[in-house]
Amino acid sequence: MATSTVFVALFIFAIVMLVFAPVMTWVERKQSALMQDRIGANRAEIFGIKALGLIHPLADVIKMITKEDTMPTGAHRFIHLISPFIAVTPAVISFAVIPYGGTYEMWGAKFSLVVADLDYGVLYLFAIGSIATYGSMLAGWAGNNNYGMLGSIRVSAQMISYEVAIGVTVIGLFMIFGTLRLSDMGVLQQETFRVFGFLKHLGWVSAETKWVDWLTLPMWGVILQPLPFFMFMTALMAENKRAPFDTPEGESEIVAGYFIEYSGMKFGLYMMGEWIEVVVISGLLAAMFLGGWSLPWLPESKIISSLTPTFGANIANLLAMVLAVHVFIGKVIALIFFQMLVRWSMPRFRYDQVMNLGWKILLPLSLANIVLTAIGILIVQEVTRT
Amino acid sequence: MRNGLFWIFSVAALGGAVGVVANVRNAINSALNLVVCMLALAGLYVLLEAQFVGLIQVMVYAGAIVVLFLFVIMLLNLRGSGAAGAESQPLLKLAGVALVAAGGVYLVRVLAAGRAPWPDVDPSYGTTRAIGEALYTDYVLAVQVAGVLLLAGILAAVVLAKKRLD
Repeated sequence: MATSTVFVALFIFAIVMLVFAPVMTWVERKQSALMQDRIGANRAEIFGIKALGLIHPLADVIKMITKEDTMPTGAHRFIHLISPFIAVTPAVISFAVIPYGGTYEMWGAKFSLVVADLDYGVLYLFAIGSIATYGSMLAGWAGNNNYGMLGSIRVSAQMISYEVAIGVTVIGLFMIFGTLRLSDMGVLQQETFRVFGFLKHLGWVSAETKWVDWLTLPMWGVILQPLPFFMFMTALMAENKRAPFDTPEGESEIVAGYFIEYSGMKFGLYMMGEWIEVVVISGLLAAMFLGGWSLPWLPESKIISSLTPTFGANIANLLAMVLAVHVFIGKVIALIFFQMLVRWSMPRFRYDQVMNLGWKILLPLSLANIVLTAIGILIVQEVTRT
Repeated sequence: MRNGLFWIFSVAALGGAVGVVANVRNAINSALNLVVCMLALAGLYVLLEAQFVGLIQVMVYAGAIVVLFLFVIMLLNLRGSGAAGAESQPLLKLAGVALVAAGGVYLVRVLAAGRAPWPDVDPSYGTTRAIGEALYTDYVLAVQVAGVLLLAGILAAVVLAKKRLD
């Protein structure tokens, strides 16, 4: 047990801290350049090696760490100091409950590819996310700056509003899966269902009809709950305060909003928090809606059982694990790409538009979704009973 | 491990609670102490195997209600002002001292009584499923009544906030 914990912790650390956050700056630069018909980051070099601009994150970090760390007059020193850490910690620790693979038995040891397999996994993420509000809202207040103050008032109102939407949009999914544990959701999403199976249950076609069994779909969240998938993603992106929802920063109106008084690495921590959050959002969406670590129509047990005769149980498990991690990371990368696309194609919403979207569109729609999902579940139970 | 965590959370909860009262001149500091107190309480709930309650404590109290407190304090810009005339009410002060003294005596008695061992509960205790089953079978009437009360509160807020009812 202990070895697998260490293994898992190292993996998370490597992925989140060392790879994703710095590489995200590169992805962001290159993708925006691509979309705006520019070349993008290509100047930083070590001994003439430019590596497609991959040296830039290193240059960024050196620049940020060596910059002067300013403390504005009249600032609340302690709160000004700790706010960046309050902002970045939730983003890092929320990766603990996101599973990037199932449970594998190899050479007598059990490897579960999730750091904390909590019964209330999604709730943990929501709770951690609600703490993140403090990092942003205190930052604007502590700097003794009126623009910062406006930013922190905006950020607190926006994040509180979208927390409501985030919680309510996915209730339908919880009702279908009947669990809050993300690894259970991953296992459930490996199953498939027959689209026209109800014809047999209702007796409208005879039980021997073959074509009914042909069309099956994986029980992915996005197939069972297509509209909530997009609403949930919208709400999460608004919670992350990146464009088009970056009214708390709004550099054309309130300069930089809540982190206006931060310089150097403290400013960098806010940026890093946002980027890590992009990865967390992608991981959460992949785990809840896009089948987690599994391939569609290909449950993991099938992969392992078909590989076992050739390679033996241990190697088969190992191969399945490697495949699972790669599939999961592939989904995460695709979702990160999508979020970047949105970020670089949409202009910033006006503040009242952001609030209207949260309260007047997302919330009523998701409430209606809960009722409709409940009716749907009842109908399915009634039909499949016979 | 559990005992250590218990002491950390207890001291943080009590310290936060004292901080809320002691920072009467600075509303923001007071609210931040309240956050510390709420988070520590959530930690204590988790230690008592009530993980769901602990998380709801973080989500609702630390993550939403105190954020709204802070929001209002910032909106009114109560920087450094604090409660006016807090020391002009000797009776209230006396009552406060008496309450603290009574609480202190109780605390000392509890501590003197020694520790009970940590309970051994089965893994289903305190899970989301167990709480949901309890709420929607045994306590379904209470849930409904609470729902109606909340709805009344929401309607009242709408009526109060709306300048002109059509």
